[in-house]
Amino acid sequence: MGDKKDRIPRQPMPEQPPEQRRRNFDEVPLGYPPEIAQREAGRCLQCKNPACVSGCPVGIDIPRFIRHIREGDFTKAIATLKEKTALPAVCGRVCPQEVQCEQRCVLAKSGEAVAIGRLERFAADIDRAHGSPLLPELPKPTGKSVGIVGSGPAGLTVAGDLILKGHAVTVYEAFHKAGGVLVYGIPEFRLPKAIVQEEVGYLEKLGVCFELNAVIGRTETVDELLARHDAVFIAVGAGLPTFLGVPGENLIGIYSANEYLTRSNLMKAYLFPQYDTPIVRGTNVVVVGAGNVAMDAARTALRLGAERVTIVYRRSRNEMPARAEEIHHAEEEGIVFELLTAPVRFLGDTAGRVNAVECIRMRLGEPDESGRRRPVPIEGSNFHIETDMVVIAVGAGANPLITSTTPGLAVNKRGYIIVDPQTGKTRKPRVWAGGDIVTGQATVILAMGAGRIAATSIHQYLTLGW
Amino acid sequence: MYEIVYRQEMAQGTVVLNVIKAPKIAAKAQPGQFVIVKANETGERIPLTMADTDPEAGTITIIYQVVGKSTALFKTLQVGDAYQDVLGPLGKPTHIERYAGIVICIGGGTGVAVVHPITRAFKNAGNHVVAIIGARTKDLLILEDKMLDASHELQVCTDDGSYGHHGFVTDVLQQYLNGSRPVSMVVAAGPVPMMKRVAAMTKPHSIPTMVSLNAIMIDGTGMCGGCRVSVDGTNRFTCVDGPEFDGHQVDFDGLMQRLSAYRQQEQQAMELFAHECKLRNLT
Ligand SMILES: Cc1cc2nc3c(=O)[nH]c(=O)nc-3n(C[C@H](O)[C@H](O)[C@H](O)COP(=O)(O)OP(=O)(O)OC[C@H]3O[C@@H](n4cnc5c(N)ncnc54)[C@H](O)[C@@H]3O)c2cc1C
Ligand SMILES: Cc1cc2nc3c(=O)[nH]c(=O)nc-3n(C[C@H](O)[C@H](O)[C@H](O)COP(=O)(O)OP(=O)(O)OC[C@H]3O[C@@H](n4cnc5c(N)ncnc54)[C@H](O)[C@@H]3O)c2cc1C
Ligand code: SF4
Ligand code: SF4
Ligand code: FES
Repeated sequence: MGDKKDRIPRQPMPEQPPEQRRRNFDEVPLGYPPEIAQREAGRCLQCKNPACVSGCPVGIDIPRFIRHIREGDFTKAIATLKEKTALPAVCGRVCPQEVQCEQRCVLAKSGEAVAIGRLERFAADIDRAHGSPLLPELPKPTGKSVGIVGSGPAGLTVAGDLILKGHAVTVYEAFHKAGGVLVYGIPEFRLPKAIVQEEVGYLEKLGVCFELNAVIGRTETVDELLARHDAVFIAVGAGLPTFLGVPGENLIGIYSANEYLTRSNLMKAYLFPQYDTPIVRGTNVVVVGAGNVAMDAARTALRLGAERVTIVYRRSRNEMPARAEEIHHAEEEGIVFELLTAPVRFLGDTAGRVNAVECIRMRLGEPDESGRRRPVPIEGSNFHIETDMVVIAVGAGANPLITSTTPGLAVNKRGYIIVDPQTGKTRKPRVWAGGDIVTGQATVILAMGAGRIAATSIHQYLTLGW
Repeated sequence: MYEIVYRQEMAQGTVVLNVIKAPKIAAKAQPGQFVIVKANETGERIPLTMADTDPEAGTITIIYQVVGKSTALFKTLQVGDAYQDVLGPLGKPTHIERYAGIVICIGGGTGVAVVHPITRAFKNAGNHVVAIIGARTKDLLILEDKMLDASHELQVCTDDGSYGHHGFVTDVLQQYLNGSRPVSMVVAAGPVPMMKRVAAMTKPHSIPTMVSLNAIMIDGTGMCGGCRVSVDGTNRFTCVDGPEFDGHQVDFDGLMQRLSAYRQQEQQAMELFAHECKLRNLT
């Protein structure tokens, strides 16, 4: 029976064709229609000991939700997903499935893992299409209140979990919109903002209070929040840009990925002048780095009218940290990859605008502490790439705004908050933390997983006192 | 929403003062700090210094010069209207202490609004404070009476000689630098060329000089790096490490260059806005 199922190939995702999508901001994958979703669901072997589940950081009952899709019971499918994740429409789209659930799927060995992420997205989209979800019955208020700092996936998860336990919840967000990286970082063509807005709206309907324009550490401190909340959860993400530190980096037209993507996504600079925030529209764009952030910046530049976009990355293809699908999409859209290449300086014109990047070729040397082979410059291999806009996307660090204004929080040497991994408790009483501000830039689902652990611990503390 | 409770036009309508309801910010704000203001859904995030705060009334005061699309849009807002977003207090407060010698606070153009709360704070800390303020012409001068209150000596300059000293604020500064009284501290806010000149003048005398920088900002929380300026050869973020820096270490030319990044788009936005306003007035 297993053999027969193997013969149905992994169902391809309908997508906007590359030549069309490279000039618009609409979502690239269009989603499975129900028949295709059911056919894909039929490929799942319903393993007794499903390996896929161990690859999901929040332990979704994958075979069960897939079985419901196969049987056409989409309501039960979404209910199964929601037992473990508050944002299935987001996770289905942005999880790096190929190194998580789908990597462990028994069918992965044949190169054709069940498309778990696409099915998760399918169930969530069907659910959203059916209008606003039913509001669950809320328990009697406990009289306890929790303050959450940051409205990214970690903060939203804790908010959702604790409001359903009857605690009062206020989320403090520095920006004028809630959602964290989901609104200011990940572009519309990969994660439509309407989805995030709906999730936030749902939490509001449940009674979660969002206080926007609240920069904790400035507008108020964590200690002030502790004076009116019984517990505080810190989930401010890894919002500190990394620059290369090479000459010429302050020339006009050189952006950190955070700035470039915030201008485009949050401030909607791609709609300038209908929206007031401007952005440099490069013709020859260079993006440094090869993670999800770099792919997002490169593909955004293309959609803003660039004729040529080049990704410059100092290691080789195997080390590129982006999701496989993003690399594939970027290639399809015509992004050029200069691998084993590193920028050494930027050159500009008399007005101070960047006009070239000087690069050097690299080769892979001995493995470094991370186990990856260390890139070593090849002397004398310098060359220039002409450019009028550059985005630096080589990682993020810990923003010290909170940690430097909160006595008693312990941080590691890179500035990330130290917590007990079993509970999310920081060294400061009544304060929990999770997400990128603890781990460094990771993934949406890991941030949500950390939120779930902290929410459980906070609830325990609020009800039992420990 | 952040309601405007008082509004006043100054300098022949080229500068506007708004008192805005923002109790949490008013409770915390200190001299030298700023807010980021966004008028509406499609608006830009614009940094503006708090020229004054009233914690009891829960209000903050901003004074802005109308230079482009966003400030022109702000100017259309009347008492009872509201800004959609106001964020703050941002930036490090001015380091205020009591010095042995005199403290000179220099404001050029709308920089007077920036330097006013700082001037007052130095006076309140027991310093002998000299204020030097300037404008292109008499009609564009702002906050003269407030600066008079905030200082012990006030010197006024106009570029065209229509009022006060004929000349630049730096000319008056030179007289103090040549004078017999020791100068302990100089603070300057205004156009970048003015701040650059002030810093160049005090450097040979080794007089500590603070300048308040106006780099282009987005988030104001240290997240984007767009406001970076080179200070003593290293990049600092104006929104969290500043806005005040040691004037002797700042790369003013680099700052000036970065401020011109969007000149073309700014012009386009302004023309479009002027056109829309015209259309609306006609109908
Ligand atoms: C461009 C980009 C693309 C990515 N692509 C993927 C992907 O495809 N798949 C994936 O799994 N992961 C991806 N990631 C990583 C993922 O988005 C993060 O790991 C995740 O969002 C972390 O969640 P978080 O809740 O910890 O913080 P964040 O999402 O960073 O949210 C933190 C929130 O806190 C707010 N905040 C910060 N400081 C303060 C303060 N002092 N006071 C109040 N609020 C504050 C911030 O404004 C922000 O809204 C991507 C990241 C980026 C930047
Ligand atoms: C910390 C700080 C405090 C400031 N305080 C005051 C103040 O008290 N009063 C006052 O009149 N002005 C102040 N400014 C300057 C003010 O922010 C700009 O004049 C305003 O942004 C212009 O916007 P616009 O759309 O009207 O003009 P535009 O036509 O967009 O721009 C005109 C010029 O303003 C600058 N500018 C544009 N966008 C920004 C931005 N997002 N952030 C910063 N500068 C920008 C550029 O140099 C540009 O060339 C301050 C700036 C900073 C950084
Ligand atoms: S949440 Fe992510 S890892 Fe878990 S099943 Fe869904 S796509 Fe896979
Ligand atoms: S491992 Fe693959 S085939 Fe087995 S249950 Fe999970 S998804 Fe289905
Ligand atoms: S404005 Fe973004 S870091 Fe300063």
